[in-house]
Amino acid sequence: MFTHIMVPVDLTHTDKIARALETAGLLGKTTGAKITYVGVTAETPTGLAHNPQEYAAKLAEFAATQGTAYGVTADARAIASHDPTVDLNDTLLKTADALQADCIVMASHIPNITDHLWPSHGGTVAKRAHASVFVVR
Amino acid sequence: MNDQPEDVNTGVPEPEGASDIIETDYTIGQDNIEGAVGPFGFDIHNPVFAISGISVVAFVFYTLALPEQAGGAFSWLFGAVTKGFDWFFLGAANIFVLFCLFLIVSPLGKVRLGGKEASPDYTYIGWFAMLFAAGMGIGLMFYGVSEPMSHFSSSMGGTSVENGVRTDWAPLGAAAGNEQEAIRLGMAATIFHWGLHPWAIYAIVALALALFSYNKGLPLTIRSAFYPLLGERIWGWPGHLIDILAVFATLFGLATSLGFGATQANAGLNELFGIPIGATTEVLLISGITALALISVVRGLDGGVKILSEINMGLAALLLVFVLLVGPTVAILSLFGDSLMAYLEYLPALSNPVGRDDVNFMQGWTAFYWAWWISWSPFVGMFIARVSRGRTVREFVICVLLIPSMVCVLWMAVFGGTAIQQVVLDGYTAAQEAPLELKLFKMLDVLPLASITSFIGILLVIVFFVTSSDSGSLVIDTITAGGKVDAPVGQRVFWCVFEGAVAIVLLLSAGGLSSLQSMVISTGLPFTVVLLIMCWAIYRGLKSEPR
Repeated sequence: MFTHIMVPVDLTHTDKIARALETAGLLGKTTGAKITYVGVTAETPTGLAHNPQEYAAKLAEFAATQGTAYGVTADARAIASHDPTVDLNDTLLKTADALQADCIVMASHIPNITDHLWPSHGGTVAKRAHASVFVVR
Repeated sequence: MNDQPEDVNTGVPEPEGASDIIETDYTIGQDNIEGAVGPFGFDIHNPVFAISGISVVAFVFYTLALPEQAGGAFSWLFGAVTKGFDWFFLGAANIFVLFCLFLIVSPLGKVRLGGKEASPDYTYIGWFAMLFAAGMGIGLMFYGVSEPMSHFSSSMGGTSVENGVRTDWAPLGAAAGNEQEAIRLGMAATIFHWGLHPWAIYAIVALALALFSYNKGLPLTIRSAFYPLLGERIWGWPGHLIDILAVFATLFGLATSLGFGATQANAGLNELFGIPIGATTEVLLISGITALALISVVRGLDGGVKILSEINMGLAALLLVFVLLVGPTVAILSLFGDSLMAYLEYLPALSNPVGRDDVNFMQGWTAFYWAWWISWSPFVGMFIARVSRGRTVREFVICVLLIPSMVCVLWMAVFGGTAIQQVVLDGYTAAQEAPLELKLFKMLDVLPLASITSFIGILLVIVFFVTSSDSGSLVIDTITAGGKVDAPVGQRVFWCVFEGAVAIVLLLSAGGLSSLQSMVISTGLPFTVVLLIMCWAIYRGLKSEPR
């Protein structure tokens, strides 16, 4: 059904995306698709890493753990962004195209009033991506 | 223009070479409070966000409730700072210039911001447009005509002495009655205030922040540059105070400029379209500028700030080329060369911090400017740092120090030179006699297509304010989020609106703007000490980097 699943991850809030990770893992295992975990980081130091390279290493480690846990082929792609708060959606959409992912699995919050001002990342990606999008709430 | 798409295609970034990371137990964001007010999420540093916000409100109330007392207190403070510490400002600024020049020639210049193999985030044009728009765009619009003219006029007037003290405002020994020398001295003094010294001040702050953030792995806030001095103590109160002071200077600096800018844009609109001068128009202007800045910050660094800065630079270049071509072209070009030579000739005397007899010029102009640039430096420096990853120190200093200085020389020669030539050759004195906010428009008046160029002038003033306001909001948001650049969008919206609101409240109160401006400039004194420490920190930090 799917050959390449892209899973955007926020390494600082892995607890909040647990259900999405599980969904992606099971979907990957069932369909035999490869999973690429995508993380977007700032170029400035963050709580997770001193620089984008350190972040990339952590993401790769995270992807390997997920791959082993669900028995799937897992890869990681870390992207450094000038202004992650604003650029996140565009970056994810471009990455999905670059990876030629045919499915995106991502977590999103339950919509509230602020979504009228700043739509959620999950909602925006679902609206604009070329691939199938599985939004997990 | 930006290399985002390449980032996407290259996937996991290649290792960018070693840098000398500072190992600390502090995790970025550990003091932050994350939560939500209703549906709006936030991620703010405790206590920097709260204390900054509350003290800004408290100061605004103080100036509103006791305007006379506040006005008196702040102007006393301002006078005490520029008169009592003029030697300190002048001496320190010289050290900053010399230190920057040293970095260009020293082997330390080879160090790359972001690690040995880091590649620049922005093209030269995008980078230069942003640092220029944040650094001094707006000032050039207002002082480009008026400052060369002022120094020219006062130099022509010669010196006057009362009770052994000079009472004139001319630089150095003036040039009484000598028109050619008065032009040279006037241009040299102007370039002195807009050339190497201010850009060295910005370069020091920007370099310190970029080095300690990109190479040492510390958060992008002002306190990080103090790590070599204070060590782990920067995570406590000493660090909080430094960051709060920076937020304070940035917010009030922006709010007062926004207030004055609205007054000046109003004067231009009145001159051009007969739009009435008054509080209503000014409040509408501030609201409009803030609304545009809001759109820009919500669109982010690449989609908002960078695009606006490039539009700005394009418009400014257009106006510059236009005035150069339709004005006295040959005279301006020879003035450019003459001014540069005059600047180099007078530089040692103008920058001498002690034993001067031109006290009015030295304290009222130079010390005032140095305090002003220094009080702006946390904002401009932090913004420059944010966009300068991937440059070598040498490239960085050349581009932040030498190129903007040359652009300023050209700008002053074109705008000030044209206005001076109008006086000298044609006897047209409208620009000389007009109030500050109208000088540019009066100069443009006698050139062809005056209504179009004046309109571009007003547009430039407004867009320059928008770029200051949006980049300022990004900077304040980052400092008050403990160095995190990915805090929720709502926070930068909050600071942008807050800044506009403070500007409106101060504008509507009598004398509120000018008394607070005095206070902001007074923050230049503690920041001068901060900058001197930064020079030492940069030297220490660069020495331990792989080159």
